Amino acid sequence: MAERKIRVLVAKPGLDGHDRGAKVIAQAFRDAGFEVIYTGLRQTPERIVATAEQEDVDCVALSMLSGSHLTLMPKVTKLLKEKSMDDILVVGGGVIPNEDIPLLKEAGVSEIFTPGTPTSLCAEYIKNNIHLK
Amino acid sequence: MDRIEKIRNGDVRTASRLIRDLEDEFPQAVSAIKELYPYTGQARVVGLTGAPGAGKSTLTDGILEALRKKGKSIGVLAVDPSSPYTGGAILGDRIRMQRHAEDPKVFIRSLATRGALGGISKAVGDSIHVLDSMGKDFVIIETVGIGQQEVEIMNYAHTVIVVLVPGMGDGVQTIKAGIMEIADVFVINKADRDGADTLAAEINLMLDMAASNQQIWRTPVVKIGNVINASEFKQGIDELLGHVDKHFQYLQNSGEIKQKMKNKALFEIKAALNNNINQVIYEQLLNDGSLETMINKMTERSSDAYTLSETVTAKYLKNI
Repeated sequence: MAERKIRVLVAKPGLDGHDRGAKVIAQAFRDAGFEVIYTGLRQTPERIVATAEQEDVDCVALSMLSGSHLTLMPKVTKLLKEKSMDDILVVGGGVIPNEDIPLLKEAGVSEIFTPGTPTSLCAEYIKNNIHLK
Repeated sequence: MDRIEKIRNGDVRTASRLIRDLEDEFPQAVSAIKELYPYTGQARVVGLTGAPGAGKSTLTDGILEALRKKGKSIGVLAVDPSSPYTGGAILGDRIRMQRHAEDPKVFIRSLATRGALGGISKAVGDSIHVLDSMGKDFVIIETVGIGQQEVEIMNYAHTVIVVLVPGMGDGVQTIKAGIMEIADVFVINKADRDGADTLAAEINLMLDMAASNQQIWRTPVVKIGNVINASEFKQGIDELLGHVDKHFQYLQNSGEIKQKMKNKALFEIKAALNNNINQVIYEQLLNDGSLETMINKMTERSSDAYTLSETVTAKYLKNI
């Protein structure tokens, strides 16, 4: 019987140009057997959501180091909800202060992975929390 | 509205899910293709192929821009390789095309090869039908970065663009069989680099020699410079699309398009036969343990592959 392949969108919203983290996580997800759609730098929330729709992903993983996570991550979850795509798991990673994490979770971001998290843990989290369609 | 109607009305999410069902080989996807097939055959299918990093995605982005200016709607299938170890993949072609992501007339879908070796994935043929039945004017297929002989794209595209870059070998490479034979249009990309003129001359020489065997379509060679030089790059794209149009007219005027469509049908029938016969028997053998027995007989030298497969044929294909 056919089996679903996990598809994950790795995107960097906002203006910072530091994509090493996003590339490391994309490669770790590849090694976990996921199909990773990587969009590169400087993506608007609108673009990220349009891409998630066209690519039929199970998870959107947002990498942010610019400090604008409280604005942009909730924007992504809001747009997903508006398009009735909130069955997609949203996770975030990057330099995100601990006190911001509850706010992001409240806004619909499922989990935040801060520096030092083993990449295998992120992949495991996604495997365990997506709703395969 | 059922999903067939939704797809025919251009619904992105339904189409994308169906493509996923096709990739994951869900049986219900096949029934959708059966229903959609009568509505296909309208879109122009253009394939881009070439080595990794040759610039296929950047050219696709340029083509998207030019076609959108003409008001055309476009579906893109961008193929990148799957890992032979984990089955995972990094699908990064659309990085170059993200400025079109929110354009409702552009639908970009990334596919992983999932072990296919022909330069595209198994789901590409049916995914073209999906985009075609959505009413797209053009379907562009960007193959995985290829070497010398991944030519499967020729079975699906009306026009194949082979993208080359300078510095990849001498004139002998241009006369080798395989990928050099399937181009309907050649692009020499990154033509601002040294060696572009030499490469163009070598390809033209090869094409002029081939032209003697009563070929009517003389494959054009287009040089396109660095994308940083925007106006020159756009000029190059316009020239390329001019040739793509001319090639399509040639197919129609010469009647060659009929043969091409017959070849495509044959190719798809073979694939479906393989799915419905080979695959089914294989799974049966796997599940009832006889495959294991066959393998053991082979390794013990008590039988051979031909005798064993004849036994299978006798058992399952009674009328042959």
